[in-house]
Amino acid sequence: MSERLHIDWTACGGRGLCAELLPEVLDLDEWGYPLARDGLAVPEVLLPHARRAVAQCPRLALHLQTSATS
Amino acid sequence: MTVTTLHTARLLAGHDLDPAPALGPGTLIALAQEAGLTGRGGAGFPTWRKLAAVASGAKAVVIGNGAEGEPASAKDRALLTRSPQLVLDGLRLAGEAVGADRLYLYVPAELSGPLRARAEGVTVVEAPDAFLSGEESAVVSRVEGRAALPRDKRRLIVESGLRGAPTLVQNVETLAQLALLARNGPGWFRSRGTPDEPGTFLATISGAVREPGVYEAPLGIPLHELIGLAGGPAASLQAVLVGGYHGGWVPARPEIPVSRAGLRPYAASPGAGVVVALPTASCGLVETAKIASYLSAQTAGQCGPCVNGLPRLAETLTRLASRERHPALPAEVERVAGLVAGRGACRHPDGTARLVLSALRTFAPDVRAHLAGNCLVEGESRV
Amino acid sequence: MTVDALWYLARGTGVVSLVLLTVVVVLGVGSRAGRPVFGLPRFAVATVHRNASLLAVALLAIHVLTLFFDPYAQLRFVDLVVPFAGAYRPVWLGLGTLGLDLIVALVATSLLRRRLGVTAWRAVHWLAYLAWPVALLHGLGTGTDRGSLWLWAVAVSCAAAVVSALGWRLSDRFVPAGSLR
Repeated sequence: MSERLHIDWTACGGRGLCAELLPEVLDLDEWGYPLARDGLAVPEVLLPHARRAVAQCPRLALHLQTSATS
Repeated sequence: MTVTTLHTARLLAGHDLDPAPALGPGTLIALAQEAGLTGRGGAGFPTWRKLAAVASGAKAVVIGNGAEGEPASAKDRALLTRSPQLVLDGLRLAGEAVGADRLYLYVPAELSGPLRARAEGVTVVEAPDAFLSGEESAVVSRVEGRAALPRDKRRLIVESGLRGAPTLVQNVETLAQLALLARNGPGWFRSRGTPDEPGTFLATISGAVREPGVYEAPLGIPLHELIGLAGGPAASLQAVLVGGYHGGWVPARPEIPVSRAGLRPYAASPGAGVVVALPTASCGLVETAKIASYLSAQTAGQCGPCVNGLPRLAETLTRLASRERHPALPAEVERVAGLVAGRGACRHPDGTARLVLSALRTFAPDVRAHLAGNCLVEGESRV
Repeated sequence: MTVDALWYLARGTGVVSLVLLTVVVVLGVGSRAGRPVFGLPRFAVATVHRNASLLAVALLAIHVLTLFFDPYAQLRFVDLVVPFAGAYRPVWLGLGTLGLDLIVALVATSLLRRRLGVTAWRAVHWLAYLAWPVALLHGLGTGTDRGSLWLWAVAVSCAAAVVSALGWRLSDRFVPAGSLR
C-alpha cells in the first residue's frame, strides 16, 4: 500500500503552497499550477510534509489517497 | 444526413419490437460478459464490468447518455429518433440488472419532447449544446440539477454518482445493443465483428464521402469498406480522422481494420464511431488547427492547465498551420500537449493533446513544408 | 491586581490585538496573489496569517476578561456576546462586541474548514472585511485613550496598511494566482 496525492483540479487555484511544502514531488507550471515531477506517489519519508501540504492548501484541493501498489 | 441500415443491421431498424424478455437479476450481466459487449460511447469499457460494479452497491441509478456533444457525431441522435424503443428497453434492462430505482435519459433539447411522451417511468433530462455535456460526471451534475460540468473523480461514479448513489452512465447505443442482446443472445452478437472485439457499432461518416450519414458496421471492418457504406470517397483521400475530435488522424490506407487492435499502431481507436474523411485538397494542419481552436473554446473553465494550456496549444498549432517559419513551433506544440495531458478533472485536455500530436505525426510532411513557408496543398489560403 | 492594572491590561491587549488583526488582513489580501509577499514564501504568508489571528484571539480573550472583572466597566455577560446592549458608551462598546462575535466566527469556521467545505467557509470569511473596521472604530471610540495621540498614530498606521493592501489588490498591477480566477 502506498500513498499518492490527488489534485482536485476543479478546486485548485494555482496558489502554489503545495509546491513550496513538497518540492521533491511537486513543481509549478508556467501558469502556477502544480506539476508532478515524477508521478504523484509520495515516499513514506515525505508523508509528514505531504500531510502539511494537504492541510495548508487554501482551496482544499489536495488530498492523500491510499492506493494498492501496482 | 442519411440514415441507412445494413442488410443484417438492427440498431436503426426502427421497428416495433416484441417486449424484451424478462431476465433474472444476474442474467443480463452474464449475457453481456459472454457477448463481450463494450461501451459504445467512446471509452470502450467492458459493459458487464460496469454493470457489475454498480449492481454491487446500494440503490442504484441508471442514466442513458445520448447527449452527443461531439459535433462530428450523429449516431445517438439517429438512434433516439429511429429506434427510441430499443434505447428505452436497454435502459430498463440495465436498470433491472443493477437494481436501480431511478431511470434517466439525458438527451439534446430538441429530442426531449417526443421521448418524454413514450418514456414512462423514465425521467428525461435535457443536455446543453456543448462539447463536454456528455462527459460522465457532467451528465451526473446536470441530472442533479446543476451545470453540466465535469466533477473531480476522487470517488468513481459507479460507486458514488447521482447524489451519492452508485450510478451507471451508459451511452444510448450501448443500451440499444443490450436490448438486442437480450433478445438474440451472445451467439448472435458474436456472429459479427472480430473474436476480440465482437459486435457492430454505429459509425458517423462525414467529410469527403458521397453519402455522409450514420451506418451500422461490424467491428474490424476495413476502412475502405466502411467508407464504401457512405457511398465511397467523393475525392482522393489523404487521411481519415477516427474517433472524433478526441481521436486521431490515420493515413487513408484501405486495409486498416476499424477496431481497437487495427487502429492501435496508429495511436487511434474507434472511439464513438466518428469517421471524417480528409481529401488531398485540404490541409490536415489547417483542419486540425480549426478543431483545436474549437476544443480550446469548449473547456469547462474549471481547471487551470486546461483553460490556460488548450488556447496556447491551439494558437501554436494555428501559427504552424499559417506557415509561420519558426523552427521551434512543432516542439512547442509537443511541449504544451505533454503539459496539459492528465492535468484536469476530465479527459478533455488529454483528448485534445492526442488529436494534435497525431496530426503532427500523420501530417509530418506538411509540417516540414509549412516550416519552409509552403503548403503541400496548392492554393490553400492562410488560416 | 489593582484596578488600574486591569485597566491598563485591557487597553494594552486591545491595541495589540488591533495591530495583529491589521497584519492578518494585509496578509490575507496578499495570499490571493499566489506568489511570495514581503519576501515571505506563500506557505509562510498563510502560516503567519493563521498564527497572528490565533494570537489576536488570545489577546482578545484577555481584553474581554479583564474588562469583565473591572468594576468601572460594569460589563454584564450579555455585553460580551450581544452587541449594543451595554450601559457604558453603548455604541462603541457594541462595536467591540460585534467585532468579537465576528472574529470568533471567522476563526471557528477556519479551524473547521475541512468539515465545512470551501464554499461555506468562504462565505463567512468575507466578514473579515467588516470585522476589521469594526475593531478599528471600537478602538478609536471607546476607552479612556480616546483622542490620545499615540492611539491615533497606531490607528492611522493600521488604516494605512489595510488601505494600501486593498488599493494594490484592486489595481491593474494585481495578478491573481493561476491567471485564472
